[in-house]
Amino acid sequence: MSWLKTISSEIFGLFVDDGSFALAILVWLALVWLVLPRLALPAAWGGIILFAGLALILLESAMRRARRG
Amino acid sequence: MNLVWSHAGPTVLAAFLASLVEFVEALTVVLAVGTVRGWRGALSGSGVAVLVLLALIAILGTALTRIPLDAIQLVVGALLLLFGLRWLRKAILRAAGVIPLQDETVAFAKQTDAMRKLGGGGGWDRVGFAAAFQITMLEGTEVVFIVIATGAGGSGLLWPASLGALAALLVVVVLGVALHRPLAAVPENTLKFAVGVLLSGFGCFWIGEGMGLTWPAADWSTLILSAGFLAVALLAVPLCRARAGRHLSPLRG
Repeated sequence: MSWLKTISSEIFGLFVDDGSFALAILVWLALVWLVLPRLALPAAWGGIILFAGLALILLESAMRRARRG
Repeated sequence: MNLVWSHAGPTVLAAFLASLVEFVEALTVVLAVGTVRGWRGALSGSGVAVLVLLALIAILGTALTRIPLDAIQLVVGALLLLFGLRWLRKAILRAAGVIPLQDETVAFAKQTDAMRKLGGGGGWDRVGFAAAFQITMLEGTEVVFIVIATGAGGSGLLWPASLGALAALLVVVVLGVALHRPLAAVPENTLKFAVGVLLSGFGCFWIGEGMGLTWPAADWSTLILSAGFLAVALLAVPLCRARAGRHLSPLRG
């Protein structure tokens, strides 16, 4: 059954290879989901804020990894 | 079936490109197994894995129809974002020269070498069967996820997603049979870049729908979001290259 173990770890690896990057995405999603409805912002802002946070997380994580070389 | 073509088009494209990358990787190993250990084990291992994967699709596809759409959009959107942004981040780092590009010729050489070292063979080759089964299951599971993730967020999108994946399988099988060598000329990183951008756009849209957010451009928002992720990724490549102190051309390979 070692192939089953390999497949399980490969499936996990599909979504996570840098733990802090994956965690940042999930924390941002939770924040947008739980906090945004309480801020009473205009409806169109929700999507823009969601995208902007994800874009920043991507940019920061890639640059941090590049700095490590 | 009421298909929204602003979703179906990108769904077919995303499923096709993402599956193409996975099938190319699987073909490299199956070719190595077939060349070194014989085609009976290689083809039967891959064939059995394809049957298991088809059963998985049938079970998951049926189960998905019983779950409320907004719950699917939340879960699938989050998984798509993790998957798409991970691919996009890796493609950015490869384009910037921070991490090396995947080379199918090198992978093929490594696999053939590993297959030779295992010895045995003759009669029913269990090693060849297991190696072909495992790689087809691994890459195939990723394809099943891609099809479900790109197709489950909207009504009637599972068929376009399946068609995209099937077309990719057909292209890789035809090219594999015709060329009989790994598809090293496929610009894998450019494909991963494009797929990462599309899947991130889809993921952001689906999870926004699941959260009840309002998208200003309605169904066309997936394309606008993908364009946004593309712009950010193209900006990230030179920034990462500068950080790493390298001078390589963007989007190579």
